[in-house]
Amino acid sequence: MNPKEKKVLLSHGSGGRIMHDLIEDVFIKHFKNNILDEQTDAAILPVDSPEVAFTTDSFVIDPLFFPGGNIGKLAVCGTVNDLSVSGATPRYLSVSFIIEEGFALDELEAIVKSLAEEARCANVTIVTGDTKVVNKGKCDKLFINTAGVGMVRKDDRLVGKAKNIKPGDVIIINGTIGDHGMAVMNARESFNFKSPVVSDCASLNHLIREVLDQSPGVKFMRDPTRGGVAAVLNELADKTGLGIEIDESALPITKGVLAMCELLGFDPLHIANEGKVLIVADTDEGDHILEIMKKNDLGLLSAIIGRVTGDNAGKVVLKTETGGKRIVDTLTGDPLPRIC
Amino acid sequence: MKYIDEYRKKDLILAVSEELKKISKKQITLMEVCGGHTMAIHRFGLHALLPPTIHLLSGPGCPVCVSSQHFLDTAIACSKIPGAIITTYGDLIRVPGSVTSLEKEKADGADIRIIYSVLEALEIAKNNPEKAVIFLGIGFETTAPATAAAIVQAKNENISNFFVLSAHKVMPPVMKALVDEGVKIDGFIAPGHVTAITGTGIYNNLAAVYGLGVVVAGFEPVDMMQAILMLTLQLESAAPKVEIQYKRIVHPEGNKIALGLLEQVFEQKDDRWRGLGVIPASGLKIREEFAAFDAEKRYLLTVPEPSDPKGCICGSILRGQKTPNDCGLFAGKCTPSDPVGACMVSGEGTCATYYKYRS
Repeated sequence: MNPKEKKVLLSHGSGGRIMHDLIEDVFIKHFKNNILDEQTDAAILPVDSPEVAFTTDSFVIDPLFFPGGNIGKLAVCGTVNDLSVSGATPRYLSVSFIIEEGFALDELEAIVKSLAEEARCANVTIVTGDTKVVNKGKCDKLFINTAGVGMVRKDDRLVGKAKNIKPGDVIIINGTIGDHGMAVMNARESFNFKSPVVSDCASLNHLIREVLDQSPGVKFMRDPTRGGVAAVLNELADKTGLGIEIDESALPITKGVLAMCELLGFDPLHIANEGKVLIVADTDEGDHILEIMKKNDLGLLSAIIGRVTGDNAGKVVLKTETGGKRIVDTLTGDPLPRIC
Repeated sequence: MKYIDEYRKKDLILAVSEELKKISKKQITLMEVCGGHTMAIHRFGLHALLPPTIHLLSGPGCPVCVSSQHFLDTAIACSKIPGAIITTYGDLIRVPGSVTSLEKEKADGADIRIIYSVLEALEIAKNNPEKAVIFLGIGFETTAPATAAAIVQAKNENISNFFVLSAHKVMPPVMKALVDEGVKIDGFIAPGHVTAITGTGIYNNLAAVYGLGVVVAGFEPVDMMQAILMLTLQLESAAPKVEIQYKRIVHPEGNKIALGLLEQVFEQKDDRWRGLGVIPASGLKIREEFAAFDAEKRYLLTVPEPSDPKGCICGSILRGQKTPNDCGLFAGKCTPSDPVGACMVSGEGTCATYYKYRS
């Protein structure tokens, strides 16, 4: 049989020799490291901080491959970013695969390879994992879960908690918004847009570490994934009881994303990102943080997009490019294209 | 972006805003009929740019909001037909029927697919000859010609498993009905894309008989502000008439090909509007010649007569007679995530908008 036509079978998850071969030939081959090589039931992890951050995320995405990434790369970036915005330095990941019977082995390996490459870029080690194969139709091709452990320094342990935020603080983002959501939607649906939109899927830990190491001004960080920038800012306004004002003309956004949003009736502020971080910082440190971020490839288009305000308590207000103002709400569910 | 940026120029918008503040003396109420206009007003924050003399009222032109509960109940009944695939524009799936919604039925296993063009529904029908593909036809003169074109194509290509459940509506009867019912309106910001199809003749009576101003407007902020300025000038000089602001798209005679398709496939019927009741000759039903594609005739589905949700005052809100704050359900039993009435359903509905801005 042509190796390209090899499929994942139920027996690949049976615990027998075939499963052992899959683990050796696909997973260990790409993930190889000292801790994993021990092949113990649980990984024993050296830590060098008194506290650790721990998080988990499951990845179900259609299509599995999209411009700018695939589910494997995404599974690393998502968990690495969740740790990073909590002020932690990501160190270890677990990876679990739930695979639908009949899934192409070469696709699985491409995903595993990409996952391993992203883990190397992010400087995290995959220390444990699991594989299950389910009957055809019982899952959609491939689901991945990753959990991550990161080291936390005392100085950084508050950045996920939105403490000490006050009116005047600036809101910074490290680049264009809406790229991931629109790239995936364009790959999934039948629009036939010849769109150059590419997912921003990236691990942000190095960028975030540079900011935290060089500036004392960071008060809050969050990655605006599902629900987009609007969801994070509304959560922040809600949590702090303060207002947030965003300047539409300052929002970095590509022409491609803007055009797709115009056509489909979406607001880019509601569209998912996978390589973006929103930072709330002391106003005096805003320009300094911007300067630090712009030195990193993932922060070239960083911008101050708004401020925390004393009025409009609990609300996010957008100053539109046309001189008006409007409330930016959180979406009730998925964004749905509108008819008119 | 071409055709967008030039119509969002801040200095132009502010110049119109200044001019409006200078010339507006009379208290006037303008109704923006189209949901797209309501959306643009909120998206660009235009309320803040108008003088206090000019009041904007949202009209019944959001196709999702006005689709009746009876239609939703019938669509939901269609989704339960064995072997049926329901194809629909996305924003219809959360709209509540009497007991459930298409979104909930989908979760229960019904095959309900969101499409972006009715031609996709035709493709799905071609690729699934053993299934019945039912398209939920909603919208005004803007979307109805595309549905008509799909039905003609299905007939020409002998696609026998494609059906349309039509809740398509036409605009003039509802605009006239609102005025007849005594809703206080001085002028209409008329729907740009509907008029691109129909032409401006449909508004002549509103100006000539009812003395209302009518300006057909585009959907960008400069369009909207200019249309409001044109209406204000008309009303200040007591010379109401029909004018086109959206000249780059709308011609007085409309789109003859689209009108021909509408005439070929549809005929007018009395139709139900959510919150407004039955309005004579306001809906489009499929002509006998194309009955083979009419889901209503194919499946003869009857659903119980739905009653309006208790306590809901959407009808009065759609007529501009009451505000959401007058409603006992507002922001309690009726919220965007669990809407009871029409005006809370679409993000652009009056209640949904009030909900967003509530303090």
